[in-house]
Amino acid sequence: MSPPNGNDRLYGLLVEFDNPDALVAAIKRTKEAGYTKLDGYTPYGIAEVCDALGFKYSEMSTVMLCGGLIGATCGFIMQWWTNAIDYPLNVAGRALMEPFQWLDGWPSYIPITFETGILTCALTGLFGLLAVCGLPRPHHPLFNVPHFAAVTRDRFFMAVEATDPKFELAATKDFLLGLQPLSVAEVPT
Amino acid sequence: MSTGVVEHGHHGPGGAPHVQPLPPAIGGRHTMGSVVDAIGDIATCVRPHPKEWYLSFGAGFTMLGIFGLAVTYLLVMGVGIWGINVPNAWGFAIINFVWWIGIGHAGTLISAILLLLHQRWRTSINRFAEAMTIFAVMCAGMFPLLHMGRPWLAYWLTPFPNNFGMWPQFRSPLAWDVFAVSTYFTVSVVFWYVGLIPDFAVLRESAPTKIQKWIYGILSMGWRGSAYHWRRYEKVYLILAGISTPLVFSVHSIVSFDFSVAIVPLWHATIFPPFFVIGAIFSGFAMVLVLAIPLRKWYHLEDFITEWHLDACAKVMLGTGMMVCYGYFSELWMGWYSHSKYEWGTNFQRMFGPYGWSYWCLIFCNFVAPQVLWVKKWRLNPVVLFVVSIIVLIGMWFERYVIVVTLTREYVPSTWGRYAPTIWDWATFIGTFGLFFTCFMLFVRYVPMISMTEMRELLPKRAGGRDGHGIAEGPP
Repeated sequence: MSPPNGNDRLYGLLVEFDNPDALVAAIKRTKEAGYTKLDGYTPYGIAEVCDALGFKYSEMSTVMLCGGLIGATCGFIMQWWTNAIDYPLNVAGRALMEPFQWLDGWPSYIPITFETGILTCALTGLFGLLAVCGLPRPHHPLFNVPHFAAVTRDRFFMAVEATDPKFELAATKDFLLGLQPLSVAEVPT
Repeated sequence: MSTGVVEHGHHGPGGAPHVQPLPPAIGGRHTMGSVVDAIGDIATCVRPHPKEWYLSFGAGFTMLGIFGLAVTYLLVMGVGIWGINVPNAWGFAIINFVWWIGIGHAGTLISAILLLLHQRWRTSINRFAEAMTIFAVMCAGMFPLLHMGRPWLAYWLTPFPNNFGMWPQFRSPLAWDVFAVSTYFTVSVVFWYVGLIPDFAVLRESAPTKIQKWIYGILSMGWRGSAYHWRRYEKVYLILAGISTPLVFSVHSIVSFDFSVAIVPLWHATIFPPFFVIGAIFSGFAMVLVLAIPLRKWYHLEDFITEWHLDACAKVMLGTGMMVCYGYFSELWMGWYSHSKYEWGTNFQRMFGPYGWSYWCLIFCNFVAPQVLWVKKWRLNPVVLFVVSIIVLIGMWFERYVIVVTLTREYVPSTWGRYAPTIWDWATFIGTFGLFFTCFMLFVRYVPMISMTEMRELLPKRAGGRDGHGIAEGPP
């Protein structure tokens, strides 16, 4: 996608800090200055960074709940259909009382229902996380900046993306330098 | 806070804040970079591996060879080479299955339950405890698989459409076991891998050779530490911990149903699920200590696995050990209180019958030996702790042995028999140690054995960390 201000060779500007509090303060000020397309990069998850970006709640709990419920339902139906409908087994855990006869011996299906629910919940968690985050993505433009590697070690970064409507290379760079970072780098796409 | 001491503030009865200082979770004076170097350089082989690694790997690999031999002979000859017979149709296979899977449970307890309980001391031991879980479950899975006699037909356990027109019998705990153990294994791997993604990203950048960068790069999925990703990641990690907690209880409860659904005296008891789960955690913590004590010494990780960690593990071991002993007492009590001559008689057989020696071994290992852990000096002594842990592991093995040989003397004397393992039973059992230690030593060599990500979060603020805030904490 080509940015509206013509910086189609630029992903954005990358700002470096050496502690999380400076990063949080910088994100808050950049937000106040009217920038919207920005992201923080940290060696470990920091709740304040994400809060400052305005991304308060992750959607992953909903995704995993749905995954788990689907798995549990399928697990129950599988057992019920195979042991009560397709090849009825009249052993153990009977429920022969009307009107629940159709449920067959449902209590004995609970352990596997639980296990399949947990299994699909965990798998949706892993694959959902990757899908929602757009991973795997080994060649992100940010990796073009050599010192960005320190994000896995002891540096904290903020990127203002060129697709931001307020983004003007010179003006934005001046603004970011005002935040007293360790460095400001242009990120080529 | 500036000394790196993690404090828990809570309000006393008078309403005044009462701060109870805890020991530092990280010793020494570490920075974010030094944490990465201390842990990551082991996995990237920048720091040479000690000779003990080669010895352990060699020993493990040799035992893996014994496993290969035992399994090959088993596949040629059939399960008749084992000591199993009619009163005791499972023998070593189920003893070792339950023992190994129990060991795995401590890994999940540390990584999931202690995360939910905000126990910061879990952070440095969770990674290798999770690895221990995965490898222990692999070893456990070998036994039911091989006991089938024709392991290549193992897929018959799964509900797949087939031309016999048959389905598994889902009302049997043995069918539940298949789902429980395979789910447990898969979820443990997912949990472990999710925890490893940011650490693989660290290694991707710090590894010295191109091929290492490439492999860790693939494993890290291109993780770049975006704040949006972190929020989702932490949510997923927290939910995985949340679902692993009931999972670990369900797995060993289901394992105990394999026994307690049968009408064998002393098996058919409602105490079995909690008794099994607690025993699993007891033996698992013993294995964690058996692995942690040498590792911290060989790799000089005393700053990360501190005395506080050993102390905490020892306390959990002591606590769960006492609960297990309560289970032994309860069995005895119920045998007497039920007025069932079979229950009482089986108790009597256990203690004074032909296998009575194993019962008293069990009482010594699980009840007498852990008592030394009441003394703080001994809890902090790695040698004492190591020896006690080994004794506990032996004791928990005997617990399953005692349960299984109950079958040799139950209701009708005409069904009584004897059970003795053969050399092939032992070879298979020893062989699974080979599988375990080979995998574990490879893990130590190629994967960061302590979470670098969470350790940096634990650092004090002046060192770039967060004093451990944010671990397992959702948005405000």
